[in-house]
Amino acid sequence: MSSMIYLQDVTKVYRTERIETVALENVNLDIAAGEFVSIMGPSGCGKSTLLNLIGLLDAPSSGTVSIAGHTLDSRLDGRRGRSDSELARLRNQSIGFVFQQFHLIGDLSVVDNVEVPLLYRRLGGRERRLRALAALERVGLQSRAQHYPGQLSGGQQQRAAIARAMVGNPRLLLADEPTGNLDSAMGDEIMGILESLNRDETTIVMVTHDPRMAERTHRTVRMFDGRQVH
Amino acid sequence: MLQSYFKLAVKVLLRRKFFTFISLFAVSATLLVLLVAAAMLDGVFGPRAPEIRSDRTLGAYLMSMSGPDRTRTAFPGFAFLDQQARNLPGVERMTVFSVPSSVASYPDGRKVSSFLKRTDGDYWKVLDFTFLEGGPYSAEDDVSGNSVAVINATTRRRFFGEASALGKTLEADGQSFRVVGVVPDVPFVRVAPFADIWVPIGTARTSGFRHDLVGEYMALFLASDRSALPGIRAAFQERLRNTPLPDPKMYDTLHGGADSLFDSAARILLTDRFEDSRPERLRALLLGLAVAFMLLPALNLANINLSRILERSSEIGVRKAFGASARTLVGQFLVENVVLTLVGAALGLVFAAATLAAINRSGLIPYAQFTVSLRVFAWAVGMALFFGILSGVLPAWRMSRMHAVQALRGSSL
Repeated sequence: MSSMIYLQDVTKVYRTERIETVALENVNLDIAAGEFVSIMGPSGCGKSTLLNLIGLLDAPSSGTVSIAGHTLDSRLDGRRGRSDSELARLRNQSIGFVFQQFHLIGDLSVVDNVEVPLLYRRLGGRERRLRALAALERVGLQSRAQHYPGQLSGGQQQRAAIARAMVGNPRLLLADEPTGNLDSAMGDEIMGILESLNRDETTIVMVTHDPRMAERTHRTVRMFDGRQVH
Repeated sequence: MLQSYFKLAVKVLLRRKFFTFISLFAVSATLLVLLVAAAMLDGVFGPRAPEIRSDRTLGAYLMSMSGPDRTRTAFPGFAFLDQQARNLPGVERMTVFSVPSSVASYPDGRKVSSFLKRTDGDYWKVLDFTFLEGGPYSAEDDVSGNSVAVINATTRRRFFGEASALGKTLEADGQSFRVVGVVPDVPFVRVAPFADIWVPIGTARTSGFRHDLVGEYMALFLASDRSALPGIRAAFQERLRNTPLPDPKMYDTLHGGADSLFDSAARILLTDRFEDSRPERLRALLLGLAVAFMLLPALNLANINLSRILERSSEIGVRKAFGASARTLVGQFLVENVVLTLVGAALGLVFAAATLAAINRSGLIPYAQFTVSLRVFAWAVGMALFFGILSGVLPAWRMSRMHAVQALRGSSL
């Protein structure tokens, strides 16, 4: 099976004028296409930093990150010139994100929120709308398409966020504690949707604190103090 | 995508009504002042009836005579215009007319003040007046000194009520004139066509003005086509240089020009002795004033926008995560800001139209007809776009530079 995610000797250091904080140190990771992997570890161990590097939201201080066949290294800084557009396009085409806080845009209806990733593709308005409605149908939220996020329960908001993450058919879905703000029943529901997406060959990497959720993934990567434990 | 930005822009505006009110107030008040100024400039300089051929018309509006010790600034004199400025190459038709003078009349024992202008017969051919009654007087009327007059609609009402004025006599400046035509009121700010009463030059009671190099007359030159204008300007300058001056020890040089009205204003405002016209400088000056006037409210709006952006860091993070590049985000925010300023501009236009109507009604400027014309409207849209970009570009740039991870955490710029 080919690698979807390949990290080699990845280190991430945050520097201020006085302090240097090592968030990740020599992380090596190989995740195959179609895997469902959970990342676990105590708070501050570097889970989210790792997810941000995999999601191309941040650049490593050293080492190599390869996502869906595109290799990036520490020279490629997303804040500069052309690389910003390149990274944006890669994220748009290949990666979907689900956040613990949902991060739905409160001023937009649910269906408009789901359309957001498609705004950055060359698609007509009608095509965007059809795809967004199909994504909402898949998470069982089509009847709430015209509602606003504030009118939905936490579980419904996370389902809308998953619809947004999958509307562009990304090969990789990154979920940062997707059930962290939900009760166990709603968490199970969300986990069910993620499992269903994984069965359709979407590679999923999920950060979680919940061992029960981690048990439902193919394997678990454990982190401690910025290092991969096993 | 634009539609989505537009929808979001409207929702963002509705979300924080107080901020939106402050922003709209700043934009609309700024544009109100600029629009009123633009409409007034357009009312003075813009082409409008009866000056419908202003694109190929030049005028001699002001002159100066200078010598070693002194300079005299005045309107051109009849002698210069009649003897030196005639038959310029490329001129299809020329008219000479006086500066309007205030005259008193006493119909039925009432005092009526009017502005009287003396013109030649070609005045009515160079300018395109619409006649409500009758028609113009002719060159023969001028040569023969026939006591005929064209009056405007307000003068007709003052002298004759609602009745027809044709063939009736009015007294002005101690002379009697038979009315041969009535034209609509022309605004006071239109230098060449404005008057209440127009009479032939030949009816003047004295002839001293016929020898003046500078005095109280003006001229318009109607070119055969626009390409002839530079040649007319050059020939006019040559005539100025070659005009013999009666007392060269006192005055040795004539300055002036055959100009468009705007060029003439530049000559008057930006040079000491009218020796040169720099319309581009006047345009730059006016534009600079407009930009300077917009700068402070634009900075204020930029500041408000920055604080609004802080509220939207989560949205920025999400958009970046899902594929928005920095450039796309700058575009989105500029669209939002331009929507805001266009709404402000629409309000500014309404307020400006009301202000101009009030100025027109006030009678402060006789026969004022300031309006928001298409030209002024286009200027308003241009100003609003400039304002929107000016006040939006810095916040948009700051927003686009937000790091996605920090934005999602909700931390500051």
